[in-house]
Amino acid sequence: MIPAPFAYRRAESAEHAIELLSEFGEDAKLLAGGHSLLPIMKLRLATPAVVIDIGSVPGLSYIRDGGGEIAIGALTRHVQLEMSSLLRLQVPLLRHAASAVGDCQIRHRGTIGGAVSHGDPAADIPAALMALRATMVLQGPQSRRSMPIDDFYLGFLETALAPDEVLVEIRVPRPGPAPWGFQKFRRRSIDWAIVGVAYQGGDNPGIGLVNMGPTTVRAAAAEVAVLSGSAIEEAALLADAEAAPVEDAAASIAYRRHLSRVLLRRALAGEASS
Amino acid sequence: MSDSVFDDVDVDTMIPVRLLINGRDHELDVEPRDLLVLTLRDRLGLTGTHIGCETTSCGACTVLFDGRSVKSCTVLAVQADGHAITTIEGLAGDDGLHPVQDAFRRCHGLQCGFCTPGMVMAAVSLIDEGRATDEKSVRLALKGNLCRCTGYHNIVRAVLTAADPSLVDDA
Repeated sequence: MIPAPFAYRRAESAEHAIELLSEFGEDAKLLAGGHSLLPIMKLRLATPAVVIDIGSVPGLSYIRDGGGEIAIGALTRHVQLEMSSLLRLQVPLLRHAASAVGDCQIRHRGTIGGAVSHGDPAADIPAALMALRATMVLQGPQSRRSMPIDDFYLGFLETALAPDEVLVEIRVPRPGPAPWGFQKFRRRSIDWAIVGVAYQGGDNPGIGLVNMGPTTVRAAAAEVAVLSGSAIEEAALLADAEAAPVEDAAASIAYRRHLSRVLLRRALAGEASS
Repeated sequence: MSDSVFDDVDVDTMIPVRLLINGRDHELDVEPRDLLVLTLRDRLGLTGTHIGCETTSCGACTVLFDGRSVKSCTVLAVQADGHAITTIEGLAGDDGLHPVQDAFRRCHGLQCGFCTPGMVMAAVSLIDEGRATDEKSVRLALKGNLCRCTGYHNIVRAVLTAADPSLVDDA
């Protein structure tokens, strides 16, 4: 199982990557850790003409204490999130979600920027970032722009990234000791979530859903219920109010909806699955 | 995908890479799409790294990339340029088996042996990372490596034995 032929360019900096993206446009794909892109290239579901390798671009791998927020470089690997003592104390939901991604080998290679930019609704990290109300920082040829994660996800594998833009940083608030929960339901531990739920409590509670629509979904009605002090059981019933899950080999639509309510109830109770 | 751009770029250009494999420098030219596992096996003859599922699931192709376990079916050889790769062939020293290899042998942590190179490399990494604290932690950290023979019991015992023999209840 080998990818179709492609031309290879190694970017020396984010600016260089943007130049190359400007040159090759939609025929190019960015490669970071390669754990979203390479599997689909091997299956020939993606056949980019050009692969722009940003994996060795310096200065994009960091978890930085930025006062009110924590700034995370796009090339930060899942294992760095998992092992971060800063995240353990200040953003435990994100640290935990990172520890649930794939397996050790995958977490040693995969990056937060790659997982987020790929836009797969089955990915764990975007749901945690949705619950955290993260800010995405995009760099293009002229300037940088920031947007809330809600504006970043447009549809199935579709994000607000322009063809000549690179996701360079993700900013998350620091909820510290506020309650949180994370639930990832699958048949085997190495599988993608059939449904997943990330919950971040605090002044502005957030709930992100995995695999409950064409892209990462915010459970807005349930968030309102939590904020207004509803009982856990009542709020959990609203888990799928905004969701549009699909049926596949793993689950029917009705089963996904049921799972989202059960998992949200557990997440709101502060439970974290491995 | 438009053909025009595809025609403008040369997909046949070989890329020179320098790989530090098991402590030895190798300079070779690779195709951009060459997978690390195939470069190790077919170009360098290091067939101890096995090919199982080819879909990042089974872990048979696990090697160390700068000291940390990765699945070499999902790494391009060009991504390993300038990095240190350790395969199962590079584990044993002049004074005998690596402690993890020795523990697998003593605990009977294998039957057919197909998954073993990947299991051992994954174990070396997870022990080094401090993930081997009890049976549950070892099972969780080894979930990316599939074994169809053993039922994992003796593999987990081997990893715990190599990490710290006092972690094994029934040793």
